[in-house]
Amino acid sequence: MPIEILMPALSPTMEEGNLSKWLKNEGDKVVAGDVIAEIETDKATMEVEAVDEGTLGKILIAAGTEGVKVNTPIAVLLQDGESAGDIGKSSAPAKAEAPAKAEAPAAAEDKAEAAKPAAAPVAAAPKTEIAADPDIPAGTEMVSTTVREALRDAMAEEMRRDGDVFVMGEEVAEYQGAYKITQGLLQEFGPRRVVDTPITEHGFAGVGVGAAMAGLKPIVEFMTFNFAMQAIDQIINSAAKTLYMSGGQMGAPIVFRGPNGAAARVAAQHSQCYAAWYSHIPGLKVVMPYTAADAKGLLKAAIRDPNPIIFLENEILYGQSFDVPKLDDFVLPIGKARIHKTGKDVTIVSFGIGMTYAVKAEAELRGLGIDAEIIDLRTIRPLDLDTIIASVKKTNRLIVVEEGYPQNSVGDHIANQVSQRAFDFLDAPVITIAGKDVPMPYAANLEKLALPNVGEVIEAVKAVTYR
Amino acid sequence: MATAARKAPAKSKSDGKSGLSAPKPVEFTKDEELAAYRHMLLIRRFEEKAGQLYGMGFIGGFCHLYIGQEAVVTGMKMALIDGDQMITAYRDHGHMLAMELSPRGVMAELTGRRGGLSRGKGGSMHMFSKEKHFYGGHGIVGAQVSLGTGLAFANRYRDNNNVSLTYFGDGAANQGQVYESFNMASLWKLPVIYIIENNRYAMGTSVSRSSAETNFSHRGASFKIPGIQVDGMDVRAVKAAGDQATEWCRAGNGPIILEMQTYRYRGHSMSDPAKYRSKEEVQKMRSDHDPIEQVKARLIEKKWATEDELKTIDKEVRDIVADAAEFAQNDAEPDPSELWTDIVL
Repeated sequence: MPIEILMPALSPTMEEGNLSKWLKNEGDKVVAGDVIAEIETDKATMEVEAVDEGTLGKILIAAGTEGVKVNTPIAVLLQDGESAGDIGKSSAPAKAEAPAKAEAPAAAEDKAEAAKPAAAPVAAAPKTEIAADPDIPAGTEMVSTTVREALRDAMAEEMRRDGDVFVMGEEVAEYQGAYKITQGLLQEFGPRRVVDTPITEHGFAGVGVGAAMAGLKPIVEFMTFNFAMQAIDQIINSAAKTLYMSGGQMGAPIVFRGPNGAAARVAAQHSQCYAAWYSHIPGLKVVMPYTAADAKGLLKAAIRDPNPIIFLENEILYGQSFDVPKLDDFVLPIGKARIHKTGKDVTIVSFGIGMTYAVKAEAELRGLGIDAEIIDLRTIRPLDLDTIIASVKKTNRLIVVEEGYPQNSVGDHIANQVSQRAFDFLDAPVITIAGKDVPMPYAANLEKLALPNVGEVIEAVKAVTYR
Repeated sequence: MATAARKAPAKSKSDGKSGLSAPKPVEFTKDEELAAYRHMLLIRRFEEKAGQLYGMGFIGGFCHLYIGQEAVVTGMKMALIDGDQMITAYRDHGHMLAMELSPRGVMAELTGRRGGLSRGKGGSMHMFSKEKHFYGGHGIVGAQVSLGTGLAFANRYRDNNNVSLTYFGDGAANQGQVYESFNMASLWKLPVIYIIENNRYAMGTSVSRSSAETNFSHRGASFKIPGIQVDGMDVRAVKAAGDQATEWCRAGNGPIILEMQTYRYRGHSMSDPAKYRSKEEVQKMRSDHDPIEQVKARLIEKKWATEDELKTIDKEVRDIVADAAEFAQNDAEPDPSELWTDIVL
C-alpha cells in the first residue's frame, strides 16, 4: 500500500510549520535517508529525511504552503509495483518522517534532546477582549508580535541604550539562542556583548554576578530555569543578599532569564515552575509575563532595574502573538498587576502561562452568564496585593491559577494574604488551582492530567459563585 | 605533600609544567621591609584583639582569624595598582585591612554596630568596599571564585588594565565551580589571579585527607592555567610572585594560579579546638617560619631599624587596634529601622 508521509514535529512544542521547499519531485526514487523537503518552524529551517524507500507518487502539500499542521499528510510514497492509481489506498498513517540534521541552527530544545515524537498540539489562546493597560497611552499603534520577538527586541533596545548591558549563556550567540530569543544579537552587538558560555550554569551565574558587582548589567540566559538549580546558590546567596550584607554599598544589577515551567512532553526534570521558589527570597524581584507587550516592557524594566531579577518565560508562549505598542521606549513598571479583563462576579488571578487557562475559562464562563475579572500578576515579587484586594472587594470571590506545585504555591500566599486583609469581603473560600503534586510525567495523557485545566477553573468559579 | 614541601622553607618553586619559572626572591628595600612589618603587625594585633573580644562576647557567630597567614595578603597588596580588585571567602579580616579598609569599620562590623562597614548587617564574613575595590567577604566556600572571575570579566569587558585577585583556600579548591571558573577564565583570557591559600587544613581535614592532588599549583593544568608554588610565609616571595602574576595578567595572558603555602596558627574558627594537629606542629611554624619575625630579623640584621624603633611601630599599631576595639565596643547597635533597608534598591 502507498505510504503517507506526514508533516513531522521538529520540537516538543511545534504545532505547525511552513513547507518551504520540496527537494524531490513526483516520480523521483527515494531511499531512506534522502532529504526530501525543507520545513521551516518559527525557530529554524530543518530538512526532512525519508524513512521508507519508494517513488514519490504525489506531493499533497505544495512548496511554500504556510501553517501546515503537524501530522498532516504532505506526500505519498509508492512502493514497488504500485502506481499513482493506488493512491487513496494508503496505509494508516505512517510514522512521521524523522527530522534530519538542521540546516539553520536547529530547534534543539536543550542539551538532553534526542529525537522527539510529535508534540501534543497546544491550542492558541482564544480572542479575549484584553482590557487596556493604563501604562500604554490611549491611541498608541499596536503591532502583532510574538513573545519571542518582544523579548529579543527588549534586549536589543536596552543594549543599544547602555553599553554596560550584555548577554551571556549557553548557545546565545552563534547558535542564535536555543529557543531563538537572542536571534540576531550577535550580528548587531558582536561577541564581546553576546557571550557564548560553556555548559557551566553554576560557574557562569557566578561570573555574571561578579560582573554585576563590578558595575556591568548582565543578562544571563538559562537555557531553562530547570538548569538554574545548578546555579541557585549564586542567585540567592550572592546576587540576592549582597546589597543587604554590604549595608547598601554594592548589589548585583543582573537579569536571570529563560524558559520556566512545563513545555511539552519533556518530563520531570525539565518541567518545573520556579515562581514560588524565587518569590520566597528577599532581595530578588520575580517577573513572569504572559503577553508579548508585558514581556517587552517588563524585560526592559528588568534590565534597567538595579536589583537582581528573575525573569520567568515560557516556551509554549514564545511563539504566541499579542499586540505590542509601537513606542520608542516602552517600559512597564515591575510590581504592578494588570487587569486583563474587567468583570464583576469573580476574580481570577493568574500569571505567565497560567493565564491561558484563565482566559479560556473566562470565555466559557461568559456563555454561562458569569462575568469574571482576570488579573495578570505579571510580577510575583513584589506582589501587587492591592490590585488583587481591590478586585476581591468588588467581586467577593477569588480563584488563583498557576502551573507550579500546590504546596506553598503563589496561590497559597495570595489566599493567606486575602484572608488576612479582606476576609470580610469574601463570600466563598479562595480556591487555588495548581499543577498536581507529582513530578511531571512523560506520557501525554498523564502530563495533561498533571497540569491544571480549563475545566478545573470553570468548576472552581461555579463553586464560589454557587452555581 | 604540602607538609613535606614546608620542610624546605623560604624558596618559591615553579610547578615545572607551566613553562613559568618561579620568580627569584626579591630583596626588599628598607621602606618595603618597614611597610610590610607594619601592615602584617596590624593584621596580627587586630586579629588577636578580635579573638579577645569574641571571648568577651562582643563578637558573635563565626569568627575566622588570619593569624599566621599575614604575609599572603600583605605581599600581594604590594604588587597591585589602583583599581585592582580583591575578593575572598570568610577568613577575610586580613584582606580588608590589607586593602586599607578602616580598622574601626571592620571591628565595629565584627561587633555588629552601626559604624561597621556593612552597618552591622554583614558581620565577620560579609564586608565590602566599592571604594577600595574589595568585593567581600563571602560565606559560601568557593562561591567567591566564580564571582572573582566575574570581576575579571568586567575588567576585560572594559578593556582596563586591572586584575582580580581571587583568594580561596585548599578546601575551596575542591569545589566544582572553581573549575567551571578556571575553564571560562582561561577560555576568555580573563585577568584573574587565583590565589590558593593552602594553610594545610580545610577546617579540620588536612589536604592529604581531602585532595587527590595536593600540589595546588597544578590544579589549573586541565585548563592551561599556569601555577606557581610560593612560600606564603615569606612576604618577599609573595611580592615577587605577585609581581610576576600581575604582569602575566596585564599582558593579556589570562589567568594564573599562585599556591601560597601558609599556615594558620589558630583554629578554623573560634570554636575549633584544633585537635587534628599537634601543638608541636603549630609551635614549629611559629618559631621557624613566622612571617613577621622573619621581617623583624632582617630589619635588625641589616640595621634598618633598632629594637626601639620597632617597639614604636608596635605601639602605633596597638593604638590603632585599641582605638578600633574601643569604637567597636561603644558604638551603638544599628537602628531597628535598618532591618528593612538595603533589601532592594
